[in-house]
Amino acid sequence: MSSLDIVGPQLAVLVAAGVVILIDALVPQQRRLLPYVALVGLAASAAWTTVWVARDDWQTAFGGTLALDQYSTFFYYLFAGITATVVLASIDWVNREGRGQGEYYALILTSCAGLMFLAAARDLITIFIALELSSIPQYILAGWGKDERSSEAGLKYLLLGAIASALLLYGMALLYGATGTTLLSEIRAAIEAGGEANRSLLVLAATLLIAGFGFKMAVVPFQMWVPDVYQGAPTPVAAYLSVGSKAAAFAVVTRIFFEALGARFLSDDWSNIFAVLAAVSMTLGNVMAIVQTDIKRMLGYSSIAQAGTFMIGLAAISASGHEFTLGASGVLLFLAAYAFTNLGAFVAVIAISQKIGSDQIKDYAGMWRRSPVLTVALSFCLVSLSGIPPTVGFWAKLYVFNAGIRADLAWLVIVGVLNSVISAYYYLGVARQMFVGEPESTEPVRTSPSLGLSLGVATLGVLVFGILPMPLISAAKDAAVIFGQH
Amino acid sequence: MELTVLVFLPAAAAVLVLLLPQRSEALAKYVALAGSLAALALSIYLFFDFDMGREGFQYAVKKDWVDIGSFNLQYHLGVDGLSLPLVVLTTFLTVASVLVSFSVTQRQRAYYAALLVLSTSVLGVFTALDFLLFFLFWELELFPMFLLIAIWGSGRKEYSATKFVLYTIAGSAFMLVGILVLAFSADTFNIVDLGQHGAFSDALFSERWIFLFLFVGFAVKLPIVPLHTWLPDAHSDAPTAVSVMLAGVLLKMGGYGIIRTCVTIMPGAADEYSIWFAAIGAASVLYGAFITLRQTDLKRLVAYSSVSHMGIVLLGIGALGSASLAGATYQMLAHGLITGLLFVMVGLMYERTHTREISRLGGLARQMPLITTGIVFAGFASLGLPALAGFIAEVTIFLGSFQRYEWAVLISIFGVVLSAGYILWMLQRVVFGPVRHEWDDLHDQQHWWEHSVVVGLAALVVLLGVYPALVFDRLQPAIDSIVMRVGS
Repeated sequence: MSSLDIVGPQLAVLVAAGVVILIDALVPQQRRLLPYVALVGLAASAAWTTVWVARDDWQTAFGGTLALDQYSTFFYYLFAGITATVVLASIDWVNREGRGQGEYYALILTSCAGLMFLAAARDLITIFIALELSSIPQYILAGWGKDERSSEAGLKYLLLGAIASALLLYGMALLYGATGTTLLSEIRAAIEAGGEANRSLLVLAATLLIAGFGFKMAVVPFQMWVPDVYQGAPTPVAAYLSVGSKAAAFAVVTRIFFEALGARFLSDDWSNIFAVLAAVSMTLGNVMAIVQTDIKRMLGYSSIAQAGTFMIGLAAISASGHEFTLGASGVLLFLAAYAFTNLGAFVAVIAISQKIGSDQIKDYAGMWRRSPVLTVALSFCLVSLSGIPPTVGFWAKLYVFNAGIRADLAWLVIVGVLNSVISAYYYLGVARQMFVGEPESTEPVRTSPSLGLSLGVATLGVLVFGILPMPLISAAKDAAVIFGQH
Repeated sequence: MELTVLVFLPAAAAVLVLLLPQRSEALAKYVALAGSLAALALSIYLFFDFDMGREGFQYAVKKDWVDIGSFNLQYHLGVDGLSLPLVVLTTFLTVASVLVSFSVTQRQRAYYAALLVLSTSVLGVFTALDFLLFFLFWELELFPMFLLIAIWGSGRKEYSATKFVLYTIAGSAFMLVGILVLAFSADTFNIVDLGQHGAFSDALFSERWIFLFLFVGFAVKLPIVPLHTWLPDAHSDAPTAVSVMLAGVLLKMGGYGIIRTCVTIMPGAADEYSIWFAAIGAASVLYGAFITLRQTDLKRLVAYSSVSHMGIVLLGIGALGSASLAGATYQMLAHGLITGLLFVMVGLMYERTHTREISRLGGLARQMPLITTGIVFAGFASLGLPALAGFIAEVTIFLGSFQRYEWAVLISIFGVVLSAGYILWMLQRVVFGPVRHEWDDLHDQQHWWEHSVVVGLAALVVLLGVYPALVFDRLQPAIDSIVMRVGS
């Protein structure tokens, strides 16, 4: 029973998914309630998490394969919030689409439960299963739209995802071969006991792990699917992929590398791999984003660049002493900041494209006169993405850069700073279009209450945490405590 | 507490303006005027309440704000004799720019809100004592500036606004790296503590590099040749009030930043680069003056003359003497007022003629005697007529720098001679000469707000020209404590 209590937050979400399906099948005339049932489930999950946080009683379940710790609860909140925002942002679109409403929400909730399991998993096999639990609904959702583009997106995502899973499994098998266990804590002990003997095998295994997760994190060179899928998938789903799936992948990579593979003699290797990937992702993502004319593709490339910036935090794994966890907490802070910011941007894009029926950046011209509120909200999100104060994105970047400097990665931080300048060009380019361009029509763009609410929450998060970032920073620091000192 | 109120007063007024309902849009200007007047009154009170006998910063507030992992960032404000006059200059020019904006009719609420937020950000830069807070205010200024130029500007306004933002961001990216490296080495962002830290020998980069990184950020703003090309574009396409703020106070953020941070925190590196400052300063003076001679657009002419005048500031900073640094600060004040007045006059003229082409103007003295008086006065002040503010500033800088960099002073003096050339030539072509009848129906300066701006600015230019002790009494002790650090 206590094991079930420990996975309560996930169970709440899964139960909500079941209820959604049942309502859809048994009382179809009540379909409009579906998203609210989903929201109640997510709220219940967050409440359950809060109970555990209040108990301050951290433990593991199912033979140590799932952990209930400060780290996983941080992500429970994050994923519940992300999913709730996406559900709110989906309502209009799903109603218009008509078919399969129950399945849509049930799939999102199932995927969310998978993400939560990923954040809690401390065992290679559990990690893999949780990853598939979260991914398979995503493949379906990406192909949910009726048009060819969406089908292509779904198929592409599925095929490349399968390859990534294969790489991941291969890496896990090698890691098991080298250490004889699948539990992260025991892997660490085995590595430290074995010393340098298995070094090359470990490096190979870790490289395969990075490749497998790199697909979900959407970093170069595993990023090919991103622009096509973001453009083709329904926009709420693209928002979910860009934030939820990416955050989960970073969550699990951070846990694996800081907890299992953080041994001193290896961390310099990881650090180098991550540093190179970070530099390449930031640069390539930003350069490609500049030339995009479709805002969803642009956000796709920007998410690649952003992932590169998070990765500076992973590269900071080579820092020692009390600064060891700085990189991990930086990743967490950045993920939370990015969740607010990118969701806000995507919701604004959903609201605008619903009205104007286009995702072309040039059609955003003069949006200020058609909807000042949407324009200001989207602009703040874009400003936050480029890391300019007073937004939460600035603190996240600053924190991660600090972690990089403490880990003697000054060159990487300089690359990061230069990339911020490049990114400002295209992010602010969209803002400029909206403020000073000439609109094609002056018809106002109105938002539905559900979109307005989700956009309001996201933008408020961007601004409030932009001025008073301490609560978010403390939460990220507390979550990273589990990695301890080395 | 006083400073918190002062810095955020304009922002609070901006919120009020935005909250006005659509039908009372006409009230926006009065709310903005009231807010900026209140800030001006408070800053004047602080100016006279300031204790000249005390060393260090006054009215300081200090609160923990953000802990970014290894050290604290604080909400820390304070003023000394160096920043206080610049604060008053800012509040004064904010009132002036609100007044000259009374003729703006397009989207007034957003316009005044942006103008007031701009004022808050500049006040924040001048009072912040935490380096990161300083940087935040520095960046905050970009938003209102971009909107003000891009929406209410003229000509290639979008291009100019974007260019302005990109130049500043590129410069401030370097600045941020410099700030972080300094802070990582000293484990603090506190500007006062950084100033007392001594050499930064264990930093990631050597002190000379850190200094350069910071300097690039400030130099773009100042601006120095060759980083100045955004300035004429921004000026010529910005609305009048924004030109006043830009020339009047935004450029001063650059000079202030160099003195407050570069020189104070790394006096050793400043001393090493000193000769470069003098050389770049003299080059800016001369180059700016020559380019100014060739301008055919009134606003660009004033803009390029700013490049030349700010070069003198850099020369004064480079000489690192007590008199030269005080002179440099005084020149910032004088230039802020004089160039502000010049832009106001050009703006009033443009509002009537709708052209800034010098060749299309001429003989306006007959049709607009009052505006002519104003522009002639401002022109004379700009070329350094004795008994006006600019003269005191330039003489102090030249005297203070002569001993160390004789050649740079001589070059700069030649630049000042050229300034007499371009100003007088401009006056001759624009307000004197044969009357053009196409301008016959235009009326002269006529509204109370126009009169009050011109008279107010002119009065201050005279006041600073005849009673410099008003500022120097407060300024000199602060400068001396910086110079002492350079000497040791």
